[in-house]
Amino acid sequence: MAQFQLNVNGTAHEVDVDPSTPILWVLRDHLSLVGTKYGCGIAQCGACTVHLNGIAVRSCQLPVSSIGNNKLTTIEGLSEKGDHPVQKAWLEHDVPQCGYCQSGQIMSASALIGANSNPSDEEIDSAMNGNICRCGTYTRIKAAIKTASNS
Amino acid sequence: MKTIKTSIGRRSFIKRSTLAGGGIVLSFNWLTSCDMTPSQVKALPKEWFQINGFLKIGENGLVTIMSPNPEIGQNIKTSMPMLVAEELDVDWNDVIVEQAPLNTTLFKRQLAGGSQSIRQGWNSLRMAGATARAMLIQAAAQTWGVEPAEITTSKGQLIHAASGKKSGFGSMASLAAEIDIPKEVALKELSDFKIIGTSRKNVDGTKIVTGQPLYGLDYSTDAMLIAMIVHPPAFGMQLKSIDDSQAASMPGIKKVFTMKTHLGDYGLGAFDNDAFNEVAVVVGNTTWEVMKAKEALKTEWELAPAKTEEMNFFGRTTTVETPAGLESTADHRMVFEKMASKKGKIVRKDGDPNKMFNKAAKIIERTYTCPFLAHNTMEPMNFFADVTDERANLVGPIQTPEFMEESISKRLGMDKDKIDIQMTRMGGGFGRRLYGHFMTEAAVISKEMRHPVKLIYSREDDMTQGTYRPAYHALYRAALDEDNNLIAFHVKTGGIPESPLAANRFPAGAIDHYLAEEWTEKSNITVGAFRAPRSNFIAGAEQSFLDEVAEAMGKDPIDFRLELLERAEKNPVGEKNDYEAARYAGVLKLVKEKSNWKETDSEVHRGTAAYFCHNSYVANVLDLEIQNGNPVVKKVFCAIDCGIVVNPDAATNLAEGGVVDGIGHAMYSAMTFKDGVPEQNNFDKYRLIRHSEAPKEIEVHFVDNKIDPTGLGEPPFPPIMGAMANALYKATGVRHYNQPFITDKPLAG
Repeated sequence: MAQFQLNVNGTAHEVDVDPSTPILWVLRDHLSLVGTKYGCGIAQCGACTVHLNGIAVRSCQLPVSSIGNNKLTTIEGLSEKGDHPVQKAWLEHDVPQCGYCQSGQIMSASALIGANSNPSDEEIDSAMNGNICRCGTYTRIKAAIKTASNS
Repeated sequence: MKTIKTSIGRRSFIKRSTLAGGGIVLSFNWLTSCDMTPSQVKALPKEWFQINGFLKIGENGLVTIMSPNPEIGQNIKTSMPMLVAEELDVDWNDVIVEQAPLNTTLFKRQLAGGSQSIRQGWNSLRMAGATARAMLIQAAAQTWGVEPAEITTSKGQLIHAASGKKSGFGSMASLAAEIDIPKEVALKELSDFKIIGTSRKNVDGTKIVTGQPLYGLDYSTDAMLIAMIVHPPAFGMQLKSIDDSQAASMPGIKKVFTMKTHLGDYGLGAFDNDAFNEVAVVVGNTTWEVMKAKEALKTEWELAPAKTEEMNFFGRTTTVETPAGLESTADHRMVFEKMASKKGKIVRKDGDPNKMFNKAAKIIERTYTCPFLAHNTMEPMNFFADVTDERANLVGPIQTPEFMEESISKRLGMDKDKIDIQMTRMGGGFGRRLYGHFMTEAAVISKEMRHPVKLIYSREDDMTQGTYRPAYHALYRAALDEDNNLIAFHVKTGGIPESPLAANRFPAGAIDHYLAEEWTEKSNITVGAFRAPRSNFIAGAEQSFLDEVAEAMGKDPIDFRLELLERAEKNPVGEKNDYEAARYAGVLKLVKEKSNWKETDSEVHRGTAAYFCHNSYVANVLDLEIQNGNPVVKKVFCAIDCGIVVNPDAATNLAEGGVVDGIGHAMYSAMTFKDGVPEQNNFDKYRLIRHSEAPKEIEVHFVDNKIDPTGLGEPPFPPIMGAMANALYKATGVRHYNQPFITDKPLAG
């Protein structure tokens, strides 16, 4: 066990965990931030996507010891009132079915738009291919990203 | 207005004794949605008045509606309360929805399966709203000293036009809660609907997009422990021993032990299907600590003997035989070949098919197969259990809470009235969470630990546990005469371990000489219902075959189907045909019109298919292009007849999902085995459709009719597989007979 200082959603946290613990489980089990989902544990499904300094990363592959002073943003911290353009677009298009993958989808989509305010279809495909939606809401996800990128 | 007797739902009304005093103090419930959504302007009321099991009204007019059935992504948590709200005549913005816990006294059929929730709740849910409305009117009539018949309602208001008196529902709720339940209530005419038939957003939408706790995996209580299981690595194997000398002493680990899900001293329930009855259990403080200890746990496995178990299958005792042995996919292929070459069990025979095949000028014979599939809900299996000597409290994702209450009662030796079950929103179901072995396991683990625990399956545990979609095989034959008329039709299907045959569905009833046979072969690889069971293979096979027959006959594939359906409607063969030919033809005509079937760009290759299952009809046209040698689905047209559509945009979403899901599984997914070991255990090896592979556009059209709603969760899934196969043929000149199509034949541009 070791102590780690973490900057999550603009707040400082201290956790005492095994250094190999993926940040996914630190968020879920130690910080009660359960919006970041477990789906595969091997960076293949994207359900655990968070932002590390604004870049989309799979939190199941990031040991807590690797985070250092870098800024982590989770779905809970994407906006204060749930009004990030991507979140608003998701509601406008009523994207979710079961909804389980959607926080990961939103984190991937918001990182994409943060880096590229007007992505092409191909750029959306490429940025979103790591996020599986088992319910098959992909066409709505793409439509919502376009709405968000135009706002 | 039509009146409807309330008697069928009387048990849905709380006994008067519990209503004494009117107001009910609500205890905190993790699952309730009593926080504000942005659209709601009213504050939470100070007091709630329970009118019946489905709804309570606050003094300020806010209404809480209970959604009785489990939510797996089919959006009934929104659409079921819409039915109640419609007849209550309340403003939808004043409605808060709560997921009801399992309560067999108040609610009927709290189950997610068979696309039946809206169909079977259609009357009872509307009646719950209409009854409450009648009681509010009665309360206002008493208060104002006027006749109830003179009082109207609108958007949560009671209005007496003659005197100008007006009151919100909230002001009358206290008195209404004391009114006798009417014996009959009037339901609205369809033309008076204000909520049903209008698109309403997912009631959990805001929580989902802001990452609030909703799912079983998100559930927690203070001092809860985490449990994981280790099951045998292969079907046909069982636990021999464990060596926990290292694992049990690792940081955060509380206990390592073995457990049996069922003890064998009682019959299994219909959803107690489980390949691995004895498992090793690791319990600890946090998920990561348990995962690490699990890796360190040493296990020894041995071959499992064949077994015979009794199962109570919906009131009927059946015997389930499980063979011994380590099966491989190569063995299954040999089973297919062996069984398909033998005579099957005849399920339906019309006319004299043998004679007609003997005199045929041409016989078309084709074979179709599909592999086992894992459900792969994005949220792996999990459940919370807190079992003490006195009570059991279970919280999590389950499609069959009522069945599992029975199973857990038997396993724990605890009366059902001491078992509380709450359903969380589920990260996907697709049939997987009908089978609640993980819930029983959680209860047994909590009992052993004498502590609240949350059992979590890793993705690998989940994908390799079984409960798969069976592997199926279908052999189709069509006899044509010298003028290319279809004179006989033969289908022989089978599977491991069940057959996908639906002998009385189309094209049965449309052909004079028809033969349907089936066979099955036992396996120790467990299977379970997978979105549109059996239809999820046979639709694609049948619709691919009909496409090939139409081509051989020189007919347009849609016109060919319509001709057969016209025959089935006007002069049906046989008496037991499970479908309505006119509605079947209706969706084909609609999709033909909406897609401009015969007018398309030269680079677009079109495939069509239609199917009937779960009481609904779906037809597709799929437009495919080949880009850089890869198939790209440009657009899918989907025409659906599921009767009245309650929530059109949500229904469209569900249909779009069915289309993507169908293309994905037909194209890419497979579960294979080597010596009993599942060869795919995570998404690096098991391929699911991804964003770039989804259709670029999906256009969904519903037949506008006034028929009571039928199923929608499953029907859009099966036919698209046939449309995909048929479009692939148009694009590449190659027919695809074996799913997944990606490995069936190399795709050529």
